[in-house]
Amino acid sequence: MSPPSFYFRRGRTVPANVFDRLRALVLSVFLIAAFAVPALAGPFEDAVAKFANDEFSDTDEAIGLIASSGNALAFPIISALQDGRLSADPESKKVFVTQADGKIIDAATGAAVASLPAGASAVRLNNRLRRTVEAALGSLTLLSPDPAKRIAAAQQVFKSHDEAALPVIDGALAKETNKAAKSAFAEARAAILLYKSDASDAEKLESIAIIKARGDQEALALLTGLGSDAPPLVAQAASSAISAIQSNLALWSMVQNAWYGLSLGSVLLLAAIGLAITFGVMGVINMAHGEMVMIGAYTTFVVQEVIRTRYPGLFDYSLLMAVPLAFLVAGALGVVIERSIIRFLYGRPLETLLATWGLSLVLQQAVRTAFGPTNREVGNPSWMSGAFELGQITITYNRLWILCFTLAVFAILLAMLRYTALGLEMRAVTQNRRMAASMGIATSRVDALTFGLGSGIAGIAGVALSQIDNVSPNLGQSYIIDSFMVVVFGGVGNLWGTLVGAFTLGIANKFLEPVAGAVLGKIAILVLIILFIQKRPRGLFALKGRAIEA
Amino acid sequence: MLAQLTHDIATLSRRRWLAATAGLVLGFAAFTNAKAADDTIKVGVLHSLSGTMAISETTLKDTVLFLIDEQNKKGGILGKKLEAVVVDPASNWPLFAEKARELITKNKVSVVFGCWTSVSRKSVLPVFKELNSILFYPVQYEGEESERNVFYTGAAPNQQAIPAVDYLMKDEKVKRWVLAGTDYVYPRTTNKILEAYLKSKGVKQEDIMINYTPFGHSDWQTIVADIKKFGSAGKKTAVVSTINGDANVPFYKELGNQGIKATDIPVVAFSVGEEELAGIDTKPLLGHLAAWNYFQSIKDPANEKFIKAWQAYTKNPKRVTNDPMEAHVIGFEMWVKAVEKVKSTDADKVIDALPGIEAKNLTGGTSKMLPNHHITKPVFIGEIKANGQFDVVWKTPGLVAGDAWSKELDGSKDLIGDWVGKKCGNYNTKTNKCGGQGS
Repeated sequence: MSPPSFYFRRGRTVPANVFDRLRALVLSVFLIAAFAVPALAGPFEDAVAKFANDEFSDTDEAIGLIASSGNALAFPIISALQDGRLSADPESKKVFVTQADGKIIDAATGAAVASLPAGASAVRLNNRLRRTVEAALGSLTLLSPDPAKRIAAAQQVFKSHDEAALPVIDGALAKETNKAAKSAFAEARAAILLYKSDASDAEKLESIAIIKARGDQEALALLTGLGSDAPPLVAQAASSAISAIQSNLALWSMVQNAWYGLSLGSVLLLAAIGLAITFGVMGVINMAHGEMVMIGAYTTFVVQEVIRTRYPGLFDYSLLMAVPLAFLVAGALGVVIERSIIRFLYGRPLETLLATWGLSLVLQQAVRTAFGPTNREVGNPSWMSGAFELGQITITYNRLWILCFTLAVFAILLAMLRYTALGLEMRAVTQNRRMAASMGIATSRVDALTFGLGSGIAGIAGVALSQIDNVSPNLGQSYIIDSFMVVVFGGVGNLWGTLVGAFTLGIANKFLEPVAGAVLGKIAILVLIILFIQKRPRGLFALKGRAIEA
Repeated sequence: MLAQLTHDIATLSRRRWLAATAGLVLGFAAFTNAKAADDTIKVGVLHSLSGTMAISETTLKDTVLFLIDEQNKKGGILGKKLEAVVVDPASNWPLFAEKARELITKNKVSVVFGCWTSVSRKSVLPVFKELNSILFYPVQYEGEESERNVFYTGAAPNQQAIPAVDYLMKDEKVKRWVLAGTDYVYPRTTNKILEAYLKSKGVKQEDIMINYTPFGHSDWQTIVADIKKFGSAGKKTAVVSTINGDANVPFYKELGNQGIKATDIPVVAFSVGEEELAGIDTKPLLGHLAAWNYFQSIKDPANEKFIKAWQAYTKNPKRVTNDPMEAHVIGFEMWVKAVEKVKSTDADKVIDALPGIEAKNLTGGTSKMLPNHHITKPVFIGEIKANGQFDVVWKTPGLVAGDAWSKELDGSKDLIGDWVGKKCGNYNTKTNKCGGQGS
């Protein structure tokens, strides 16, 4: 590859000179034209041209000038800047907006342009400028016809409490009919008044009441930011509002911990549920369980890769398609492993442990060779990205869906064991192998299918876990210990035990974590489990009777 | 082959097996001895190709092979071709020491390029000292070390962490700091240095939150919520992340999902580069920062040429480059120059020749090996772009010299490493004695 492209670059130098000359010519013509019609170049045009300097300070200035210009192009320019659709040509100092529909216009004049010049590149932003842009857009969209946009803009003003926005807010508040938007405007107004130096104490106190009613972390930030140099009456009201919000938030943080615990519990359950079959029901110490999870995650990756290259429109359904495929791939692999290795080792737990551990290393290295050692990107479909607010806690969609998915998988598995012929045979074989064989059940076939089922469910877990964790050859390793912990804690051979065990560990972990930190929290959980197992060696829900001994 | 071998093991009696092994080893040693003496110079590559660290280290193995290939195209060194000896320490720290010994005694390598984690470096140190060989270590690390047999081409804390904090303080006006890291020696030492540095700049204890997580931590909900809460105290807040490797992906996913944007609470990371971002959907990460001494996106003819040659060598037009790779590029060139200078690969001669050697880095500057066996490097702050690359928003005016011993910590501020004048890695400038204590 490299030599030809070198020649190509060298070969281009001559025409490039010609281009430069042409560009200079065009530029001079443009300058003459601009000179001849002075009405064209106003402060707005000058401000726009600043984008072409590729200096953060100039871009900053330009945003301010354009936002306050009142020009109809101000909004399209600044929103294009935010989305990276604003490009500038450093040669001609011209700036272009690529509209959402792909059309290109000259930012200074609004005239349509056929294509971007060769030297044009997107105007760069840094975090400081992004904040400026957000604030500018906030004040520009306060009067948008879309209520959602108005609310977002008002929130922005609430954060920036920029005094310049006050007249617009006052005007908007007066004629606002949408209830949510109205309260957002009222909050934004309160935020501005609270920080406005010449607002009266009465106004400020009223503002504090409004902000206190909002009661979230943003409100807290706003009130704490006020500092102690406020008038005594205001400072006093603010500090009492702060403590009221804080005690309210402390209550919510309990709810939040409980939710996080449920969510962690669902991940643990999902990872452990397949093991509850292979280890819990069949008694196979399967150290390669984590690798089945990994295979499921890589199946998701392959499905997404195919969709991305062939049918990009179907991306949001990629996970739905990956679930059955991951089940089949991991399940089939499970059947192969059972037939080729594990069936020779029944009743020899130590050998099974070593063989499956070796197998896990083989699988890891095989995936590493096939897909490379680095992480693979598995995207989140749009319905699994982002979060929503419930009261004062944030619930992320991916965690919520994983919780639902886990419970669904659990219910289906339970129903399968309870109501299908295969489920019946599985229970029969694991409870009393010889009796089952005497009744005409092909026990070795059932063994293979049971192991396949456990592996297949691990594969499904991989699909879900690919949404919150790395897809790398090491994926499985991080879940194997947790999975065994859950199954042993819950009681070997009992699916309900696994469910209760997973959620107990998840919630306990999340309530310990804020107090003890993530590292100590994990150690504490392990210690608690060791103590618990001393007391109840068979876990939370021990199977009674002769069943497991057989 | 493998089947044959296991069959042999099974059939041979134990004594015969021992004798055969001894004979084999002797024969092999004699053979490699004879071979090393004349036609090639051997270069050891000690990077994990399996296990947890394979994710990062495999690329570095490829880099060294690529550099050797390029050097051989130029005719090798001293009229001899270079030959790579690759071993796999499998992310297993004691195995690093064994493999290092094997490389030096059995394969007779002249130099070793290798290690990633600090613990692997610490594990091979005694071997390199005992057998007197040379190790080039290419990864940013916690400092507090200067050894005669090791050359540190990655960043010391003052070449990465401190400039990054300076940037956030000046440009982003950050007043409150979350120091989040994985629980092991690099983050702990770096955070200790940063905490001392921040306090020296007048940051109060209650404005610093330190948080450690286990390796491979994947449930970040609580910590991200804590960060959000910590950041809502009315002062600009930033996260300084020494979170290692795999744990980063779920961390950034959680940040994105909980709606923490870089404009609200920026995260500056010291262990997230182009390779790590290749596994994440970077759109929610727009604007978060990383501090390195090299970015793939830096426009420089040397860098463009390197990227092109690297992608051609790996036959992958999308293959990314990263900071530790550049460290190997610089280290390799320095070693080549030192060998050419003394016209020998003898470890003592090369070690003495290396300080003062200069090599072009890939960002338009010239790095120099210092007497403390660290090098001079530029420091860049980059913002994550939507395509998984970085946009450089700030850089140090010149190159920064690496400090082996941090000036911020009480235990090490008087120490210097000087292998030229003082012949000592921990010379105490107060007591004028070699062998002062580290932290």
